[in-house]
Amino acid sequence: MDLFEYQGKQYFARFGIPVSPGDVADTVDQAVAAAEMAGYPVVVKAQVQVGGRGKAGGIKLANDAAEVRLHAGNILGMDIKGHVVKRLWVEHASDIAHEYYVSFTLDRSAKKHLLMLSSQGGVEIEAVAATNPEAIVMLHVDPVDGLSPERARQAVLDAKLDPAATDGATDILVKLYRCFTEGDCDLAEINPLILTPAGKVHALDAKVSLDNNAAFRHPEWDEFRATEELDEREKLAREKDLQYIGLEGSVGIIANGAGLAMSTLDVVNQVGGKAANFLDVGGGANADLMTAALEVINFDESVRAIFINIFGGITRGEEVAKGIVEALRRVELRAPIVIRLDGTNAEEGRAILAAAGIPETKLVSKPTMLDAARTAVAIANAKA
Amino acid sequence: MAIFVNENTKVIVQGLTGGQGRYHGLRNRAYGTKVVGGVTPGKGGQDVEGIPVFDSVADAVAATGADASFIAVPPKAAAAAILEAAAAGIGFVVCITEGIPAQDEAKVFNRLLRDHPGTRLLGPNCPGIISPGRCNIGITAGEIALPPQPGRPSVGIVSRSGTLTYQALYELKQNGIGVSTCVGIGGDPVPGTSFVDCLAEFERDPETRAVIMIGEIGGSAEEEAAEFIKASVSKPMSAYIAGVTAPEGKKMGHAGAIVSGGKGTAQGKMDALAAAGVQVGQNPTEAGELMAAIVAAL
Repeated sequence: MDLFEYQGKQYFARFGIPVSPGDVADTVDQAVAAAEMAGYPVVVKAQVQVGGRGKAGGIKLANDAAEVRLHAGNILGMDIKGHVVKRLWVEHASDIAHEYYVSFTLDRSAKKHLLMLSSQGGVEIEAVAATNPEAIVMLHVDPVDGLSPERARQAVLDAKLDPAATDGATDILVKLYRCFTEGDCDLAEINPLILTPAGKVHALDAKVSLDNNAAFRHPEWDEFRATEELDEREKLAREKDLQYIGLEGSVGIIANGAGLAMSTLDVVNQVGGKAANFLDVGGGANADLMTAALEVINFDESVRAIFINIFGGITRGEEVAKGIVEALRRVELRAPIVIRLDGTNAEEGRAILAAAGIPETKLVSKPTMLDAARTAVAIANAKA
Repeated sequence: MAIFVNENTKVIVQGLTGGQGRYHGLRNRAYGTKVVGGVTPGKGGQDVEGIPVFDSVADAVAATGADASFIAVPPKAAAAAILEAAAAGIGFVVCITEGIPAQDEAKVFNRLLRDHPGTRLLGPNCPGIISPGRCNIGITAGEIALPPQPGRPSVGIVSRSGTLTYQALYELKQNGIGVSTCVGIGGDPVPGTSFVDCLAEFERDPETRAVIMIGEIGGSAEEEAAEFIKASVSKPMSAYIAGVTAPEGKKMGHAGAIVSGGKGTAQGKMDALAAAGVQVGQNPTEAGELMAAIVAAL
């Protein structure tokens, strides 16, 4: 789960990482109130989960209430790369002497934590890596040992930050590592981390991605979940506890297993179609689960054909078939189903589907994944 | 021969008295696997359909001589269960648990590396391992897999995905090709056993004559495998990579299946494998067909 900047800053604050004083605002009046509290000059920042906010006009400096009104009014409702701005973060504008970059991630290849620290902040780190790689200090941290203040300090020295930043940056590195590990982040990034002319170091931005697998030990994440940017289809799928990702195409996909679901998307693409979604029904594809899955697919108005791709391992073919027959009784579908049922007890399953007397306009069974994909794509494209 | 397990492997099930552990533990035993015990703290002395239950892995090992463990416990308890098995001297640990926090997983991996180098972890979030006709640890439906056929070459399978592993087993069975061992390494960001670990074992295993590898988007395990294949694998291979059309920045069902910063794409992985001499199929069926042709030529 990706956090908005203001949520990331609130999360940072829990771990003692210094951030600028500020508040969120959903209206122009709230923005002015937040600005009065933070103290002028302030920065009015669009809260969207997409890069390039500044260039799009989503970050503005304001010296008084009138300027806050002007900018907040312009930014609220603004469309930034398809993300509509519904919320602002208004904070006291900082004087900046230097901008740095720091992040912690998991290096999947080394299987260790990775600290990246650079004296070149405020720009995309990928750009620094491409043009000036020696300006980035990379340090692997063994998760068993953690990051000691001594190693953090050495990294700061190696990165050649301004000497005035050494103590403050070291402290933030140690705290950010705690946020990353104890806070169960996939990514904890500060860009820029700034040094003020007064010699203070603090986080001017926050990019935090949380590991959903750790949600069970973080009840405080519930408030982040409430503001997560999901489309209506994804919200419905979450209510029904399904692994669903909304896409742009017209072939609705239901498959058992994440790998097979991904593969189904690929095969649909290979034969000239586009998937409307990714949906993994998982192991136990019973009537309730199939009904829930079909309801979510059916909610999507762009779906012109539904491709159900099941390979029975532990999942048994006859259970899937019974589930589909039952689901068809409960849900009036907007598009026909093309099913490929294979693996354990697939023949029994196909027999059940055949015996149910479902008309061909509603359900077609195909023997292979490729055949089924071709049929589903032909139906979807013909109607489009 | 098979890799990692064989007909003599003695298995205990951590979480045998739970729903998953009981269901799959009993299925594994019915397949012919030597399931010699179970572990559930506080339930020592009980039994599950004749399989004795112990309070700790150490007790179970002392009583049964088990050398492998099958872990089917919830995500909160999985990291401790893995380390308990390792501390009790278990050499091969299969963990099917899905949903373990990445921080726990990274810690366990490095703890094993440092303190228990004699323990191999398979998974987490994996379907397990099957050496058809000899040993099945995990959730694979054994009947889909064809054991090695006398007088015909056998194939090894290594995969990050459960259902695509079944698909591969099925494709080979359709073609009458036996499988030496099928290893599901799992879809999490820090798997205990990598493609490279499995390929090295398959290369050493005289029974395995060719290998199918099934990867997916995210991370660089397939690229690392390609480097290894180029340098150290002499046996012919086919492969399939899932997720060509996956959008960037989305976790595709598996915690580890994510393209980020333009890295970890399916195309990049396919190109790396093809450059290493692996025959890459555009879908799982094609990878199976390519393997059938490889075996026919052996």
